[in-house]
Amino acid sequence: MTTTSDPTTGRTGAGSATIIEVSHVTKSFVSPDGTPLPVLDDISLDLREGEIVALLGRSGSGKSTLLRCIAGLISPTEGDISYRGETLNGANPGVAMVFQSFALLPWLTVQQNVELGLEALGVGTGERRQRAERAIDAIGLDGFESAYPKELSGGMRQRVGFARALVVEPDALLMDEPFSALDVLTAQNLRAELLRLWREKDFPTKAMLIVTHNIEEAVILADRIFVLGANPGRIRTEIDCTFPQPRDRHDESFQALVDEIYGLMTGRDTRPPAHIWTVASPGEGSPTDTPLPQASVGGMSGLLEILVAHGGKVDLPQLAHELTFEVDDLLPLVDAAQVLGLAVVDDADLQITDEGRIFVAADILESKQIFALEARERAPLVRAICRALGATKDGNLGEGFFLDLLRRGFSEEEARQQLKIAVDWGRYGELFDFDANTGQLTLDHHHGSDGQ
Amino acid sequence: MDLVVGAGIIALLYAVVRLGQSMAVNFTPGRTPVIISTDIADVPYYAARSLLRMFIALALSTVFTLVYGTAAARLRRAEKVLVPILDILQSIPILVFLPIALTFFITLFPNNLLGLELAAIFVIFTSQAWNMTFSFYHSLISQPTELDEAARMYRLTKWQRFWKLDVPSSMIGLVWNMMMSMGGGWFFLTASEAVTVFIKGHGHSESLPGMGSYMAAAVAHGSFTEVTIAIVVMVLLVVGTNFLVFRPLVAWSDKFRMESSESAEKPKSIILNLLRRSSIPRLAGHVSRPVGRALDRITRPFGLAEYPLRTDVRKRHIGDIIFWSVIVGATATFAVIGLVYLNAHLGFTRFPSLIGFGFATFARVVVLLVISTIIWVPVGVKIGMSPKLARYAQPIVQVLASFPAILLFPFATLIFINLGIPLDYGAIVLMMLGAQWYILFNVIAGASSIPNDLREMMVSMRLTRSQRWRKVILPAIFPAYVTGGITAAGGAWNASIVAELVSWHHHTLNAFGLGNYIATASAQGKFALLIAGGIVMSAFVVVVNRLFWRRLYRMAESRFTL
Repeated sequence: MTTTSDPTTGRTGAGSATIIEVSHVTKSFVSPDGTPLPVLDDISLDLREGEIVALLGRSGSGKSTLLRCIAGLISPTEGDISYRGETLNGANPGVAMVFQSFALLPWLTVQQNVELGLEALGVGTGERRQRAERAIDAIGLDGFESAYPKELSGGMRQRVGFARALVVEPDALLMDEPFSALDVLTAQNLRAELLRLWREKDFPTKAMLIVTHNIEEAVILADRIFVLGANPGRIRTEIDCTFPQPRDRHDESFQALVDEIYGLMTGRDTRPPAHIWTVASPGEGSPTDTPLPQASVGGMSGLLEILVAHGGKVDLPQLAHELTFEVDDLLPLVDAAQVLGLAVVDDADLQITDEGRIFVAADILESKQIFALEARERAPLVRAICRALGATKDGNLGEGFFLDLLRRGFSEEEARQQLKIAVDWGRYGELFDFDANTGQLTLDHHHGSDGQ
Repeated sequence: MDLVVGAGIIALLYAVVRLGQSMAVNFTPGRTPVIISTDIADVPYYAARSLLRMFIALALSTVFTLVYGTAAARLRRAEKVLVPILDILQSIPILVFLPIALTFFITLFPNNLLGLELAAIFVIFTSQAWNMTFSFYHSLISQPTELDEAARMYRLTKWQRFWKLDVPSSMIGLVWNMMMSMGGGWFFLTASEAVTVFIKGHGHSESLPGMGSYMAAAVAHGSFTEVTIAIVVMVLLVVGTNFLVFRPLVAWSDKFRMESSESAEKPKSIILNLLRRSSIPRLAGHVSRPVGRALDRITRPFGLAEYPLRTDVRKRHIGDIIFWSVIVGATATFAVIGLVYLNAHLGFTRFPSLIGFGFATFARVVVLLVISTIIWVPVGVKIGMSPKLARYAQPIVQVLASFPAILLFPFATLIFINLGIPLDYGAIVLMMLGAQWYILFNVIAGASSIPNDLREMMVSMRLTRSQRWRKVILPAIFPAYVTGGITAAGGAWNASIVAELVSWHHHTLNAFGLGNYIATASAQGKFALLIAGGIVMSAFVVVVNRLFWRRLYRMAESRFTL
C-alpha cells in the first residue's frame, strides 16, 4: 500500500497522485450506413493511488469499451487518456489486465502462463521462475504449477489470470468483470482473496479499476463507484463508498447504498432524451429512443408470478439475491414488465399494476390477448411494425425495411437483436408472423391490425 | 524404449543423407537419360526418394504458410493483395505448373538432375501449400479477441506473439491440413516424376528415380506384375506416413485445442506414446531451450507486437496511394505482357473452342459428382450412423482418398482397350477414381455427427424410411456433403489433365476435353496453348465455385448447421 492510504479502509487521502486520467473521452463506432454510433459520451474520470474504483453499468453502457480505452487497446474517438501524465498511444505500459474469460493460453502450463508477461519484459529464466512461483503461492495456486488451464475449475483459472497480472507488478490493475464467469461462492471467495492481497503492506500495485454489472460486488470492493448510463455510455453518478473493509453485506447502511444504486439503475433518468425504460404511456416513444429490453415473454411472466406471490411488491436487490440473479439477468425482465405497464419500479421496489394482476391471473389465451394489447400500444417497435404492416395492402413487409429504420439508432448487431425481440413478442401475442427463409413479416389478421 | 526410438532416428538420418547426395547427380537432358529399372530390389530406393521429395515439399509448404499467412493477416495493405492472389493460385490446375517449372529449374541447373528434382518438388509444393496457408490465415484472423488483447497487454514481442500465440492457436488446423495436403500430394508426385523436357523444341522423356517413374516404366513395358508392385508399395507408403507421422502429429496437436474443457474423444497414437515415454522430449527440451532463448534475444529488436493507436492520416493516405499505384501498375504490366504473348502465339480466336473443350470436361465433372453422390451418400450415411463401422472405415477411406489414383489408370486403360470403351466416357471413371472418396469421407463425418437425440427421435416418432431421409438425414449431412463436393470437384478438374489422355504399352487413348488439350499442349511443349488452357480451366473452377458451391455453402451455414 502507499503511504497516503488508510489501511483500515483502503481509502486515499486527498491529493494522492493520479495514475490514470480520462478526460472527455468519446467513442463511437461507425454503423453500416456510415452514421456514427456513440458508445461512450464525454467521459472523464481518474484513478488515483491507493484506491479501488468500480465502473458499474448494465450491458450497453460501454463499460468494457471504456476499460479497453484505458488499457490502450483501442483509441477513443475524441478526448485523451493519460498514464502518469503521458498520453497513451498503444497498450498502457503501467497496467495489467484480468479478463472475464480468463484469456489463458491453453497450451501453456500454469507456471508458463504466469511467466508469459515476465518473458515479454525480458526477465531472465531464474528470476522469472522465482517471481512466478511467488505470485502463484500468493494467489493460492501452489501445487498447480504444472497443470494446464483446461484441467482447472473456473475459479482456479481466474487465479491464474490474477497471478499472471500481478506477477509483472503493474502500477494499476484493470479487471474486466473478473468474477462474472464464476459461480457465486467461488466469486465471493476470490474477491476476499483479492482484498486480502490489496491490504498487504508490500502489495506493489497502487490502484485497481474493476468493471462490473454486479451492484453488490461494486459496493464490497470499491472506494469510488462510477455508475454508467447506457445508450450511449456516460457517467451518471459518482458515489463515494466509505465503509471500512472488510465490509458486511448485511450491514444496514451497506444495504441502503445497494438499494439506492438499484433505484438509480432502474429508475427514471434525469437526462431529457429518455433512454431508460419507464412506464411508457400508450403511443409514447419511438423504436430508436426506446429500445425493447432483452427479455423473453416467458421470463417476464415468471417474474410477475413471483411478484404476485410476494404480495405484489418486492425489494429488487432482495429478489435478485433470493434468485441468485445478477442485474444483467433480472433487469431486462423488470424493464419488459415496465414497458408493458404490468409493473412499476419505485426506488428499488418492484410493484405490480392492476393490468399485471389480471395478466397473471388469466389463462393462457387471455394472457396472450392482454399481452398483445399492451405490446401493440406500449412497445414502440412492436407498435411501429403493426402499423406499418397494417398500412400495406397485403399485410406483408420485408425485414430489411425495419432493419433500415433501426440502423439509424443501433449498430447492425443491435438492430437485428431488436427485431428479433420484436418478432418474438409479436409471435407470442399473435400480432404478426415472420418467415425466416424469406425474411417477410406478415400481419396476423385476427389481432395485429388496429380495430379489426 | 529409448533404444528403439534412438535406432529409428539414426536410421532415418542416415537414409536422408544418402538420398540427399544422390539428388544432385550430373545429367544432361536428352543425352544421358536416367534409366528406371523395374527390378524389385530397387523399389525401396525409389520409394525412399519419392518420400523424401514429399517431405521436402511439405517443409517448404509449411515455411511458405507461416510467412505468407502472417503477412496476409498482419499487414493491412498486404492482406488486400495476398488473399486474392492465394484464391487465384488455388483455382489453377496444378499440372499446368509442371512444364513451366521444368523449364525454369532446368535452365537454373543445366547438366544436373537437381533441376528435375526441384521442378517435381515445386509441383508437389503447389498442391500442398494453398490450403495450409488459407487455414493458417483464417486461424489468425479469427483468433479470440481476448487472447489478442492479452498478448498486447502483456507486451509480447513480435516473435513471442508469433511463437507463443499465433502458431499454437493455429496448430490443429495446420496439422490437419498438412495431413490432407500430404494425401493430395501423392497424386502430383506420381505425375511429376516421369516428364517430358523440352530443349530447343525437342521433347525428351526424362525420369527421376521414384515410384511415379517406376510406374511409368512398368506401363511402358506393359507389365502387369510391376504395376501391381507399384500399387502395393504406394499403399504401404500412404499408410506408413499416416501411421508414423500424421497420427502422432494429430494426437500431439490436440493439446492446442482452444475449448476450455477436455474433449471427450482424444485422438491417440501409439508412436506418440512411444516417443513421449522415451527420453527424447527431455533431450529435445535441453537442446531447444537455449535455442529458444537465443531466438528471443535476437528477435527483440524487431519490437513489440503492438501498433500505435493514432496514426498520421495523411502519411497513411500517401502510403496507400504509393502502394496501390505499384500494385495496379504491376498487375497491368503483367496483364499486357500476358495478352501480347497469348495473342502472338495463338490469337484470341482460339478461346471459344477452348471454352467448348471446357464444357466437355465440365460435363464429366458433373456426371461423376452425380454418380459419386448416388453411390456414396447412402453408404457414407450407413457407415457414419454406426459408430463402430465409422471408427474402422474412416482411416481406410482416408487412405483411399490419399492414394494416387493415377496408379490405377493403367488397369482401367487396359479394360477400356479390351472392351472398346471410348475414353470420352472412360475418363469419367478415371476422374472418379480419386475424387469420389472426398464425398464418402465427408458424408461419413457428417452422418456421425448427427446428435444421438435426433436419431432416437427418428425411431420413437416412427418416421418412415423416406421421412427419415428427407427430414433428418439429408439436411443434417448437407454441410459436410457440400465440403466434400467442392473438394471432389477440384480434384476431378485436376485429374482431367491426366485422365483425358492415357496410354498402355503402345496404345494411346484420347478424350475430347480441356484436360486432354492441356496434356497435349504440355507433351508438345506448347506453352501458349498450355497457359490458355490453364486460364480457361481456372475460369471454369472459379465461376462454378462462385455461382454454385458458394451459394450452397451459405445455405448450409444458415439453415442446416447442427
